[in-house]
Amino acid sequence: MSRIGVFVCHCGENISRTVDVEAVARAAAALPGVAHACDYKYMCSDPGQNLLKKAVAEHKLDGVVVAACSPRMHEKTFRAAVKAAGMNPFLCEMANIREHCSWVHEDRAAATAKAKDIVRMLVERVKHDKRLAPITVPVTKRALVIGGGIAGIQAALDIADCGHEVLLVERDPSIGGHMAQLSETFPTLDCSQCIMTPKMVDVANHPQIRLLTYSEIERVEGYIGNFSVTIRKKARSVIETKCTGCGVCMSKCPQKKIPNSFDCNLGTRPAIYVPFPQAVPNIPVIDRDNCTYFKSGKCGVCQKVCGPGAVDYTQQDELITEAVGAVVVATGFDLYDIGPKPAGSPIEGYGEFGYGTIPDVIDGMTFERLASASGPTGGKIVRPSDGQEPKQVVFIQCVGSRAREKGISYCSKICCMYTAKHTMLYHHKVHDGQAYVFFMDARTPGKSYDEFWRRAIEEEEAVYIRGMVSRLYQKGEKIVVMGSDVHVGVQVEIEADLVVLATAVQPRSGADTLAQKLGISYDNYHFYSEAHAKLRPVECATAGIYLAGACQGAKDIPDTVSQASAAAAKVMTLFSKDQLERDPVVARVNERFCVGCLACKKVCPYGAVEEKEIRDRQGNLVKVVAAVNPGVCGGCGTCQATCPSKSVELDGYTDEQIMAMIDTL
Amino acid sequence: MHPEKKHHTFEPKIVAFVCTWCTYAGADLAGTSRMQYPSNVRLVKFPCTGRIDPVFILRAFQKGADGVLVSGCHPGDCHYMAGNFHARRRFAAFRALLDFVGVDLQRLQFSWVSAAEGGKWVEVVTELTERVRQMGPMREFKELAREEHWSAQIALPELKEAYNAIP
Repeated sequence: MSRIGVFVCHCGENISRTVDVEAVARAAAALPGVAHACDYKYMCSDPGQNLLKKAVAEHKLDGVVVAACSPRMHEKTFRAAVKAAGMNPFLCEMANIREHCSWVHEDRAAATAKAKDIVRMLVERVKHDKRLAPITVPVTKRALVIGGGIAGIQAALDIADCGHEVLLVERDPSIGGHMAQLSETFPTLDCSQCIMTPKMVDVANHPQIRLLTYSEIERVEGYIGNFSVTIRKKARSVIETKCTGCGVCMSKCPQKKIPNSFDCNLGTRPAIYVPFPQAVPNIPVIDRDNCTYFKSGKCGVCQKVCGPGAVDYTQQDELITEAVGAVVVATGFDLYDIGPKPAGSPIEGYGEFGYGTIPDVIDGMTFERLASASGPTGGKIVRPSDGQEPKQVVFIQCVGSRAREKGISYCSKICCMYTAKHTMLYHHKVHDGQAYVFFMDARTPGKSYDEFWRRAIEEEEAVYIRGMVSRLYQKGEKIVVMGSDVHVGVQVEIEADLVVLATAVQPRSGADTLAQKLGISYDNYHFYSEAHAKLRPVECATAGIYLAGACQGAKDIPDTVSQASAAAAKVMTLFSKDQLERDPVVARVNERFCVGCLACKKVCPYGAVEEKEIRDRQGNLVKVVAAVNPGVCGGCGTCQATCPSKSVELDGYTDEQIMAMIDTL
Repeated sequence: MHPEKKHHTFEPKIVAFVCTWCTYAGADLAGTSRMQYPSNVRLVKFPCTGRIDPVFILRAFQKGADGVLVSGCHPGDCHYMAGNFHARRRFAAFRALLDFVGVDLQRLQFSWVSAAEGGKWVEVVTELTERVRQMGPMREFKELAREEHWSAQIALPELKEAYNAIP
């Protein structure tokens, strides 16, 4: 006969308001096998846990059911408590009578009856619980960081400074990401390049960081502590070890008319190029789609002029496989391309704003490049169409963001601040110019943020008009902006020289494909999902994978850097031990019953099932059975449901446990 | 603001087999959002819908369930990568079998409810409960069990003994 203890929590009034907790405890006490049942105001509190520990010893319990909140909330808490009392933690189960009962039912009688049923189900389950021992797996103390923007750089530096090896993989030819494109940063107006490039150099010089630029993740296998990552190192056409970064190839390349995407296509670059002068590594790459040699087989100038002989047209993509223990995903964002609606996209375009058709309607990042001292105009703010200095500039906020009818309902968080910054940069450079901003709300929560916004209005003379813009059209050299001022209740028409749209922040293109490779989840917009919105904001639900920066949601630089350091701290926590303890929810094969059909091997998503030969003492083969590698097993249990001879069992979710629960109906 | 309380003559028993990562979490979200739904449903938590053996569904009907819900992550979102695809295939075949045996498939529902879809969980549970309530109690399997119809057919004493040995 079992000796089970049932502990019913009031959760203050959260449970006891709709569930008669005393009646539940009384009903539990009457169940066969229950040795002790009681109720308490807050089971998770210190006195509550002590009560539990004392009861385990006093009543010699061999099973515990805590009827309280969701196991997702406090299962760990109570399992730790019973463990401290000397019991196997896997003999403790939680009956969820809060999220699944008291909070969703108002009828007290019905809710109490349901709570009793839930407790009874778990009591029957606990009777079949087995004592399990945590599985230990070795930890590979190397980290992979995906994305070389400020988030990836910060995470890589933090982990590497702690003495662990880091692989930093970047899709583009240089690290730096969006922050390297910015002119100045809010709310201090310090130059982005000045604070960013030293960090990039730190990455390049760090003995513990291995930088793989112009590379992408091909495949990820394994599990926490033991990932195997295949990286595609795209053909650079330049041998990295030979190149000195002298730049002669770039200056001699006859093909110089390629739009420079780093400058938002304002300037041009040669076919062999580094994205920007401060690039790390300072090793060029040949853009094979635009290179004359690759297109026609003629030219070859760069190879001829290269002193060290680093240019290699025959280079092929290379696949590298590396073992790592943890992954930090920091893939960042793209700006919403608000031109005509892209084919197959659920997101509507902004055709009415003329983006893509009127040359002087630009997005925020293009304005950053115009204002940047290292930009195509050397920091002179001019119109892309005719190079004239604009005297009236209209900024439009929330283009794409907070527009449910256009497909994106979230706030992009950074636009209010960067638009305020843009008005200031403009005012500093064009003293007789006037900036207008159309805005819905100004969202400026953050240290010194509201002061910064006020400064844009009060000292830098930006005119803020609350209201939206309905249409833009070209009229001679001017762009007519038709909007409304909802404070005054009038229509506003401004003839502008330049229009800057604060377009929405979106996850990087291909974010979903990467997520599928990593086995992590993402939301409708393809932002990666954290394990818990409040308590586990930098971890993925998939163990061993962590998030940093705008790939998880729109973020400004301070938040991104904080999150990157937090993710690095999580990686270092994981690396602080040589062995990692895992929940022992893994499959086991009963070799006596297994007929070796290996159906389980076919369905296993982890490749955890292997063939095992059973031989007699003479070495003759008796039979082949399936064997599960507990280190690789993810614990989904698909094998068990598939097994025709019922000889695989998932610890923690055995047939007995499930049947016992069903039988209480 | 509270909806008018309704009294019904028949309260169906609904069992929900859910995966822990999506639907269980979705039901948790319905709770934290204080949404309301009928109290007829009892949850059995699995790591993944891939773990759900069709036998569990039969057993539930046999033990008194009037309706069964199976719910997991949306296709492509499985925490274990592919468990829900295996479940989908398995249940597509199993439905045909149940239909053949004579179980009204209206009593059995499969759905995808993600961890973010508290509202959908409420919808699915409410809809199934109300549908099964209209259909009345599920008697077939229970009566079979009560009559011990199956074991009575077995004439051989050793087979009978073996059958009785099954707990």
